[in-house]
Amino acid sequence: MKVMISAFVAALVIAFAAPVVLNQFGWSSAELTRSESVRLD
Amino acid sequence: MKSKLFSAAVFALATLYFTPVWAQEAPAVDRTATGGAQTLEDIMRRQEQLKIDDSFRSENLGNPANAAPIGGQLGTLGGRSDSDIYRAIRYNSIDPSTQVRGPAADVLIQDEGIAWYKLREGPVITYGGGALLAIIALLAVFYFVRGRIKIEGGPAGTKIERFKAIERFGHWLLAGSFIALGLTGLTTLMGRSFLIPVMGPEAFATLAAGSKWLHNNIAWAFMLGLVLTFFMWVAHNIPSKLDWQWIKVGGGIFTSAHPSAKKFNAGQKIVFWTVMVLGFSVSLSGLSLLFPFQMPMFAETFSAMNSVLGTGFPTDLTPHEEMQYANIWHSIMAFVLMVAIIAHIYIGSVGMEGAFDAMGNGKVDLEWARQHHDLWVAEVEAKQGKGDSP
Repeated sequence: MKVMISAFVAALVIAFAAPVVLNQFGWSSAELTRSESVRLD
Repeated sequence: MKSKLFSAAVFALATLYFTPVWAQEAPAVDRTATGGAQTLEDIMRRQEQLKIDDSFRSENLGNPANAAPIGGQLGTLGGRSDSDIYRAIRYNSIDPSTQVRGPAADVLIQDEGIAWYKLREGPVITYGGGALLAIIALLAVFYFVRGRIKIEGGPAGTKIERFKAIERFGHWLLAGSFIALGLTGLTTLMGRSFLIPVMGPEAFATLAAGSKWLHNNIAWAFMLGLVLTFFMWVAHNIPSKLDWQWIKVGGGIFTSAHPSAKKFNAGQKIVFWTVMVLGFSVSLSGLSLLFPFQMPMFAETFSAMNSVLGTGFPTDLTPHEEMQYANIWHSIMAFVLMVAIIAHIYIGSVGMEGAFDAMGNGKVDLEWARQHHDLWVAEVEAKQGKGDSP
């Protein structure tokens, strides 16, 4: 049972770490629609 | 009697997937009476939620060649009326200039979104939810008819190690994250229909936001668990002739037979490959949804299918359509996986005496092991001698 609980805790740790790691790699949904400047053409 | 009951249950499940509405084609409609515009038949079919051939709209986008002279009073639209232009926007037949950046910025109206929404709120919820209820009901009936599968002659009292700690860790990482994904996925899919009427929109908004966060982030634990269990167990799950013998007697589930098996019997191999194939598919479509518009995969898949199978799936998909196909596919794969896993949870817990110990503490009763995995026990005993005493 200890292994089972450790695995559940590990799943939660991964869940909390995932957005931080993704951010470190430079991925964020806001980046997708960001532009350097407004085009007026 | 039992086989008839089983056949009836299988037939009932099979009918859940029978979807006559999807098979209907829109009939050709004579529109000469309206000059090519919408007819009463179109309106009636739409009211009855049937398919209509909307080419009279989607292809009626005006003709620039008919433009009035620029000096004329009505020459500014260039041969297209406002209606023509809005139809072109609706059917994504224009090339707009927009200051919004991003892969989906130039799609102003996404007409196919309604079809996706109806499919998601209709058949996906109805048949997916129905399948979950049906497998639970089927297992309950099976439990009352067959009862718990006991260790014949009682437990030996001697234990043998079935799964090492790392194997159990991989299993529970996969299982724990899958249960969280299943519950949060069902909340996201069905909450609007079933939870808002019970708990109100404000409480559901908090629950939905939490579910979305957990679903998006615990998915990585699921994928890691999938990879771990694949590499740990794939060698034991290669199909063999022995599996056919196991399948022919139904694994002894409906009788008291104990067909020979190694570490994994044919039933477990079926669960393994179901989890691996569907888990891979649900992970791919999930990644496509996690990184919006970055991993489109359906246009290419449809193109390959059309060239190999001669099917007519659409290949010119807007970025939104790619996401919608990924969403529907993700839901269907997840429902099939949930149905399989509910059956797996049943047989691994209340359905069979002694089965949970294999993943609970890693050690199973020797008699249980001999009855369900005799060849594996022989292999272990040949390597390590007799099992440890409790």
